[in-house]
Amino acid sequence: MTARDDIIGRIRAATGRAADHSAPPPPEYANAALIPARATGTPAELTARFIEMATETAATIDRVTESGDVGAAIAAWLKSAALGSDIIAAPDPAMEAYGLDAAPGLFIRKGAATGDDLVSVTPTLAGVAETGSLMVSATPGTPYTLNFLPETHIAVLHADRIVGGYEDAWAKVRRNQETGSALPRTVTLITGPSRSSDIERTVTIGVHGPKRLHIVLVGNADGEKT
Amino acid sequence: MTNATGAATRVGLFATCLVDLYRPSVGFATAQLLEAAGCDVDVPAAQVCCGQPAYNAGDRANAAAIARQTINAFDGFDYIVAPSGSCAGMLRHHYPDLLADDAAYAARARAVADKTWELIAFLVDVRGWADIDARWHGTVTYHDACSGLRELGVKDQPRQLLEQVDGLELRELDAPDVCCGFGGTFCVKYPDISGAMVDNKTDDIVQTGAGTVLAGDLGCLMNIAGRLSRRGETVEARHVAEVLAGMTDGPAIGGARSS
Amino acid sequence: MTTQQTSLEFSRNADRALADADLQSALEKLQRDSRLARPVITGRLPEFEALRDRAVAIKNHTLAHLDHYLEQFETNVTEAGGHVHWCNDDAGARDTILQICRDTGARAVGKGKSMVSEEIHLNDFLIENGLEVVETDLGEYILQLREETPSHVVMPAIHLKKEQIATTFRDHHTELDPARPLDAPSDMTEEARIKLREKFLAADVGITGANMLIAETGSIVVVTNEGNGDLTQTLPRVHIVIAAIEKVVPRVDDALSVLRILARSATGQEITCYTTFATGPKRPNDLDGPEEFHLILLDNGRTKLLEGEFRDVLRCIRCGACQSACPVYGAVGGHAYGGVYGGPIGAVLTPALDGIEDAWPLPEASSFCGSCEAVCPMRIPLPGLMRRWRDVAHSEKLNKAGTRRGLTLWAWAAQRPKLYRTGARIVLSVLRGLGGRRGSLRRAPLAGGWTASRDLPAPEGGTFVDQWQKSRRAQARK
Repeated sequence: MTARDDIIGRIRAATGRAADHSAPPPPEYANAALIPARATGTPAELTARFIEMATETAATIDRVTESGDVGAAIAAWLKSAALGSDIIAAPDPAMEAYGLDAAPGLFIRKGAATGDDLVSVTPTLAGVAETGSLMVSATPGTPYTLNFLPETHIAVLHADRIVGGYEDAWAKVRRNQETGSALPRTVTLITGPSRSSDIERTVTIGVHGPKRLHIVLVGNADGEKT
Repeated sequence: MTNATGAATRVGLFATCLVDLYRPSVGFATAQLLEAAGCDVDVPAAQVCCGQPAYNAGDRANAAAIARQTINAFDGFDYIVAPSGSCAGMLRHHYPDLLADDAAYAARARAVADKTWELIAFLVDVRGWADIDARWHGTVTYHDACSGLRELGVKDQPRQLLEQVDGLELRELDAPDVCCGFGGTFCVKYPDISGAMVDNKTDDIVQTGAGTVLAGDLGCLMNIAGRLSRRGETVEARHVAEVLAGMTDGPAIGGARSS
Repeated sequence: MTTQQTSLEFSRNADRALADADLQSALEKLQRDSRLARPVITGRLPEFEALRDRAVAIKNHTLAHLDHYLEQFETNVTEAGGHVHWCNDDAGARDTILQICRDTGARAVGKGKSMVSEEIHLNDFLIENGLEVVETDLGEYILQLREETPSHVVMPAIHLKKEQIATTFRDHHTELDPARPLDAPSDMTEEARIKLREKFLAADVGITGANMLIAETGSIVVVTNEGNGDLTQTLPRVHIVIAAIEKVVPRVDDALSVLRILARSATGQEITCYTTFATGPKRPNDLDGPEEFHLILLDNGRTKLLEGEFRDVLRCIRCGACQSACPVYGAVGGHAYGGVYGGPIGAVLTPALDGIEDAWPLPEASSFCGSCEAVCPMRIPLPGLMRRWRDVAHSEKLNKAGTRRGLTLWAWAAQRPKLYRTGARIVLSVLRGLGGRRGSLRRAPLAGGWTASRDLPAPEGGTFVDQWQKSRRAQARK
């Protein structure tokens, strides 16, 4: 008898499933999701809510009209914040629309992050209005360490990918799955820069993930151009 | 108001052992309020205790024996009303569980549970009565006893009734719903922890500047009064029923007597 | 450091805690902050109560079919390239984890926060076996340096003042300038960030817990504010997850429902900074991520809880709301409880994990105020479960003989009302006499516990029942 047999056996004895351990019918609560009101609204409302909730968590937001404006906006922001000009960028082809290479004064490397990288730029799968969260995933084009190792994480979010609730964001992940790709190793909701309140419940930002989360929000909810 | 047979509503007054032994005036205040609310009040002599000390000590056998005694004592009333959220909660929420396996008493326990009420909740929620005719010149503060609050939902009702008392000013505690540390036998099993808890409650009471602290449970009040007195504070403690019934001529809990 | 179970010394531990001024000030802050934050954060989500009900339904359904969902989970982890290791108990889990570390030639282990790893005393075991183990959660790291255990399930170092932490950093980070400023928490977190960065990058194996396991996808859910869980699982070659069997939920959507009430209850946040759904090792073309994924599925007493009257406690999502709300925990802190878990959840779990004979004072140490049950997102009837443990302690005669005798005497008297009243008359008049005009007693026989810090109000006359009867007889004569 393996430990697995032991444990399963004890569970079945405790739950009366020793004789019949067939799959249970779907429980009643599963008939409908419980979506909070704050996760619903028009695209414009959801965009406004996303901005409000994300700002609350100390993320900063910069709005640009089109994808091509992203590079210049990042360069300008880095300059204004005196954060240097070296970037580690996600190698994902989607990044090419952002004009990073063309942006003046930026030195760009592509790949996974190392302990020495200070600023990363990544795309995002979605923005979730209910808590101002970004959804990202680990793929060959979007290495996971870009979201965690550098001190500054710049995330590019398209306004037309802002959804209301977590379920909507997961629906995007599932759609990718249906076309044949397996679930990514990680699917993550990122809400603000990293923090801890372990010392006397005082919130301090920047341990151990990024100290800054800067979101470049492209377009508005119903299309590219504002 | 009358009961189903057209007679006046018959209420069995469950004094609770602490009121019975320590402060009968609370029992009289309770009776007065119930009568003012149109009830026919009786105090069955065979009552002693709700059984909570044994129940909470894990002694289900003795708790059940006491529960049967109480059920027998209160046979035949339309309602059972106690000036205590803790004892009323015991009958209402725990008697059915305690006697679930007792063929003779299971149904009677459920029946008793259904008709047992804490005093203030009974007056406001069952009788719809708020005809308080009392005066009190001074400030009071109010402690929400745990069982009454969390088991029985007693929170707004005492405040509604206190509002009817002429001249009374209510100042809320910073933390009215934090436990005072009585907890029945808890305060004697873990006196130091209980002492720390009642000290916090006392600090809160004193900072309101109120002259009197009120609550709906005598256990809490004795605990609080005892700490106030040991610390030499001037704040007095009374049961809310006394103030609502206008029966506050006697000494406060643990207070000096004239004779 | 070997952690010893000292629940039987709860009273003594508690007294020490009550006399500790630093601890008292830390606990007071925790209590006040939690009390004030709760209505605000729950008020922001009108669906909070409905979500609690839903979470209860999800967990109850899962527990009733736990074998099915664990098997589904295992299948999906395996399909994603991971390995599931089932372990009956702490020894099995420790040995399995050590073997995985040995098989990969590991030297250094990074650890994310995991309460179940505390249950099995994992760190000491790995260190004894030659591995370097570094806790990466800031609070846990501080405790590791101080050789202390967590005192709260979510805020492990909540019992410490910042001055104590600064001293710890000066004592251990000896290569740094002793005169550097460490007054502000931000000074210390910046130092910890730099220190732990090296450790994250050097670890061969990363061990994390899991807040939930998702059967539908074979995913784990890890929530952190620091991102240490993510760095711990991503940078090393091998990711080991240790989770107890009750952590599983059926579907992603179920996890999302629970997430809406978890951070809210734990820290008063809408959601933690990082909520990670991780499934197996890196995919073939990923540029980062672990090569191996191992999930330790641990029983350690859960099946025993499943079969009995304590099943409801398996709904626990380790949010710590009960600890933050409990006035007894708030008076003595988590360490006084003497086990891995303190507060109300500790009072219910410790007898299950360590045996009632070694833990019976814990379920006793409650006034049954009900605050824990009121705040528990999973509606666990904690006071009721503590009372069940008291039933067990009573029938096994673990509590004080004097108490048991007293209760039997009281029950005997209560069933003889006339005799009771006669006895009461006598005792009351004695106490009343002792109380004198003052109306209260500074000392009373058998009441030493009470009168140590309180006066005892004196009784005020005959019993109410007697007086009522007298007044009724007088009325009848009129």
